[in-house]
Amino acid sequence: MSKRPAATETCDPATTSKRPKPPSSVTMALERIQLEHIPPNYRVYGALFRDVSNASFLQTQLLSRNPEFEYAFIDASTIVSRAHLLAAVWNAVYTSIEGNLRTPNVHSEVVASLNTNNNIADGYRRWGITPDKTKDLAVIKILTSSETLPDAEQEKEAEKVWTHLTAQIQGRPAELTNQELAQVTDWQKVRKYYKLNGVPVLDQTKDEVEKRKKMESLAIMGMALRGL
Amino acid sequence: MTEPATEFPPPKILTLSPAHKPILITQGAEGRLYKTPSPFQPNKFCALKYRPPKPYRHPILDARLTKARISSEAKVLDRCYREGVPVPAVLAKDAAAGWMMIEWIEGEPVRVGINTWLGERPEDDAVVDSNQEDETALIDLMKRIGVAVGALHRTGVVHGDLTTSNMMLRPWAEDGLPNGNGSNSEKAKAVAGDVVVIDFGLAMQSQSDEDRAVDLYVLERAFASTHPRAERLFHHILDSYREAFKKAPSVLNKLEDVRMRGRKRSMLG
Repeated sequence: MSKRPAATETCDPATTSKRPKPPSSVTMALERIQLEHIPPNYRVYGALFRDVSNASFLQTQLLSRNPEFEYAFIDASTIVSRAHLLAAVWNAVYTSIEGNLRTPNVHSEVVASLNTNNNIADGYRRWGITPDKTKDLAVIKILTSSETLPDAEQEKEAEKVWTHLTAQIQGRPAELTNQELAQVTDWQKVRKYYKLNGVPVLDQTKDEVEKRKKMESLAIMGMALRGL
Repeated sequence: MTEPATEFPPPKILTLSPAHKPILITQGAEGRLYKTPSPFQPNKFCALKYRPPKPYRHPILDARLTKARISSEAKVLDRCYREGVPVPAVLAKDAAAGWMMIEWIEGEPVRVGINTWLGERPEDDAVVDSNQEDETALIDLMKRIGVAVGALHRTGVVHGDLTTSNMMLRPWAEDGLPNGNGSNSEKAKAVAGDVVVIDFGLAMQSQSDEDRAVDLYVLERAFASTHPRAERLFHHILDSYREAFKKAPSVLNKLEDVRMRGRKRSMLG
């Protein structure tokens, strides 16, 4: 504790390192996200949209339960890092497998999972898409089938999702990397939502990279301990 | 020999994906610990702590106890982490299913570090006494243990099972190693690293001198039996505990009483 040297790794090496660019024709920023401990017939896709101008329209689609819009739309300013977001995604998928969803579907469960308490409406309001306020939007799509999908079909499925997203979301596509997310995080909001103000371990930590790592852990812990 | 430990059926959570075979690390009286990939951090591991159902208990009582114990351990870890006590962070949990995933702490248990150090030492104590400066790294580790326990107690948590097996030595980055030459530096490596306290399965929240003193007493006894050859250095742990924790003096006074009577309080009177 007394001798902790400056951290050598920034955030996760696998996610911060530049990923190979997709083929030039379709610059698809939609990524198939690998999660552990979930069955292979579950497929998780994710992307980030910057400077989104039609949040109001998108939220209306969610509120009207338009089946075309089965997505988790997350206000990216409330996200600390990729691992933080994926913790919520993993939790939603796991909860869905166990048949313990507390919200209408696995996508709304992602948003509610970001909360540290059991108030679902509160979760939507804070972490979900908000008209006129959400500028940067993280999008998660979770699909499942009875059998594991062959690669060719999985690619077709991803392209279909991507085509729909780019047609409906007015914004600049980006990848869900720690670098991109760090640019849009609203730390004041994060500190408030995860009750991080006045937490001793953050005051003790001087190194900025180390501090963010701790905030990520604290946010994930707050989610894991929801309702306790 | 009955069945090997690997024959226990793993918890359901570890059977959802066929991609990885979980590694059973330890099997305790209450639960099991697996090493398995982190659910959402690529290239990282996590520790999965699982409390299997107890067939001899009534199912409703069993479910309630398991859930309460997982939740209580998670709460203690959260509290310690927030206060800056070095403990693993919680990643996910399903208390009803009896499991919790926590950060995997790299490195060896303190027990192994100390024994590695002692193993390289000549048996002859007289030789050691003539080389006092050689013990600096080990004494430094003892001080770090005292600081960690002091921080834990300051937080209002008593561990319940403090041993050198329930503390990890998380390696420092390369530049954090003390500079030394030759074998001395190699030896110092065995006891280098941040002390991270683990296994809060018996922990509880308490501010009482009595509970804290028993915590120290358990550590003292465990230390003496695990590392008899380093027992004479144990006082360094208490010295740094005293420096790290404002309320240490009254705890250490109480420790005197506890030593006289043992861990259990007299039931008389």
